[in-house]
Amino acid sequence: MIIPRLALKNLLGAGLRTWLNVIVLSFAFVAIIGLQGIYDGMNNQAVHSLTDAEYGGGQYWQENYDPYEPLSLPDAHAPLPEALIGLKNEGLAAPVLIVQGTIYPSGRIQPVLIKGIDPEQSVISIPTHFLAREDVKLPALIGTRMAKNAGLKKGDTITVRWRDAQGTFDAKDVRIVEVMRTTVQSIDLGQIWVPLKKIQELARMPNEASLVVLAKDTEPLKEGAAGWNFKNLEFLLKDITELVQAKTIGGSIMYVILLLLAMLAIFNTQVLSIFRRRKEMGTLMALGFTRPKIIQLFTLEGAMHGVLAALVAALYGTPLLAIFAKKGWAMPESVDSYGFAIGDKLIPTYGAGLIIGTTVLVLIVTTIVSFLPTRKIAKLKPTDALRGRMS
Amino acid sequence: MENSFLIKTKDLVKIYSIGWKKLAALDHVSLNFAKAEFTGVVGPSGSGKTTLLNIIGSLDVPTEGSAEVLGKKVEDLSNRQAAVLRNHSIGFIFQTFNLLPVYTVYENVEFPLLLLGLSADERKQKVIKALEWVDLVDRAKSKPAQLSGGECQRVAIARAVVKKPAIILADEPTANLDAENSHNILRTMEELNRELKTTFIFATHDEKVIRYVRRKITLVDGKVTKDEAMNPTKAEGIGQ
Repeated sequence: MIIPRLALKNLLGAGLRTWLNVIVLSFAFVAIIGLQGIYDGMNNQAVHSLTDAEYGGGQYWQENYDPYEPLSLPDAHAPLPEALIGLKNEGLAAPVLIVQGTIYPSGRIQPVLIKGIDPEQSVISIPTHFLAREDVKLPALIGTRMAKNAGLKKGDTITVRWRDAQGTFDAKDVRIVEVMRTTVQSIDLGQIWVPLKKIQELARMPNEASLVVLAKDTEPLKEGAAGWNFKNLEFLLKDITELVQAKTIGGSIMYVILLLLAMLAIFNTQVLSIFRRRKEMGTLMALGFTRPKIIQLFTLEGAMHGVLAALVAALYGTPLLAIFAKKGWAMPESVDSYGFAIGDKLIPTYGAGLIIGTTVLVLIVTTIVSFLPTRKIAKLKPTDALRGRMS
Repeated sequence: MENSFLIKTKDLVKIYSIGWKKLAALDHVSLNFAKAEFTGVVGPSGSGKTTLLNIIGSLDVPTEGSAEVLGKKVEDLSNRQAAVLRNHSIGFIFQTFNLLPVYTVYENVEFPLLLLGLSADERKQKVIKALEWVDLVDRAKSKPAQLSGGECQRVAIARAVVKKPAIILADEPTANLDAENSHNILRTMEELNRELKTTFIFATHDEKVIRYVRRKITLVDGKVTKDEAMNPTKAEGIGQ
């Protein structure tokens, strides 16, 4: 116990120098946790929004379906296998039929994806119940981005043209029954949602679908579905995960700089300490301290900067980050263009793992930085130390 | 008689290399010190006084020859063994006091006892006793920076004697003190020597110190040129 006690005494005895180091290091603590919490929040929000509104608990893709290959769409449809029909009937799956089409807003030609979905489904959080209106012949649901791009609003009627299963072009007027507000771009931009039955009929693809969304926490079929490939959430969220990771790395630069600054200050303090306190080391040796014990003492002194910084960071960081976590961070509209399904408010997530992980990381780095200059002590002769010389 | 010596040095040689030059700080020094001695090692600067004390204190090792302290050969001790020897059996008093600046007087005196792993009660008892010896009980809570030079040296003495070591090595203990403080310090050490039977060895060229010692060893250029009893009535146990 003598070493921690002496280390703490020495550290507090150094006064302002200690507190400057501690404050800089505490900034690094708060910045790392704060920024990482924002990225974690961003990731969580994006994942939640995407799973809620688009991916559910995973998707079955018709074997020709490839969302990155528009030319594959005309062939990407097939009747649902029995097993998937069973899931659909239990309310655990929502089939979606995707047909390429064109709309003509204000005399312009605009390509769209016509997506047919069951108005009664509750698998994904799209307000498809608006499509159940019986007073409208062909009701359509679009998102706010699509509405803005095409200059459409609720109640508008617009002509939609598509090719059916036989390759014949056909067209009909659809009525926009609702403009939905969603954070997920990929169910909004360039898309029109219509009742599944109608589009199956119009495209001459009865009982067919391009993909089937499973409800959250629904196990995929053990025996599989012939002609359909299951895509789990890991696969479906790969892009967003990679995007967040890329942004996290970019964001890390700032806290790496902060951490480096703090470490430089601690390293500098340690070097200065070892240079200025040789006589003290000599005295400790004369009193019976061994060199490894002195190395432990100086390393611990440096490492305690990390402990004090964690305490100071907790003191002002906890209320600060709690306010952020509660009130969130208003996002400008331009955030839509980042490709994230965030919404107008970002709520940071500060998990125990993040806080403990950051604390451990900072403490380890601080200890290493504190230890490095102390290696000089290993060669220090007691007689030289007592004279204030370095061996 | 031979076996009763606490410290025995035989043909002690210490050579320092300064660049390509070799400097003999000690040149075949053979000395014995018995229990309860009060000895001064005198000589001009560079005569090897501090080097002799450092080797006896196991802070340094001889280049040649042998130094046996409390039955242990200093040259054969590992760093750890040397630290244990210093911790248990040797007290040091330095010219510049060498107190730990962030500790109070009490904590400075307590420090060697912490290293010995004594209980809090034992430590408190011993520290108070040591502070009483040096008459500093009322300054127990002061930091070294708040003390005068004389008081600092008394704290250093208390720190050296608190564990009741067999040997106390004092390197120029009065060099930074005025005459009155020097006499007070020396009187204190003489009393402790008498009361605790601790062997005191001083390295000094201060005449005030020499008046107190009962044995005077003169070193010149690393050689013992004189070893004399200063007060024959108190010179029992002087070796060589």
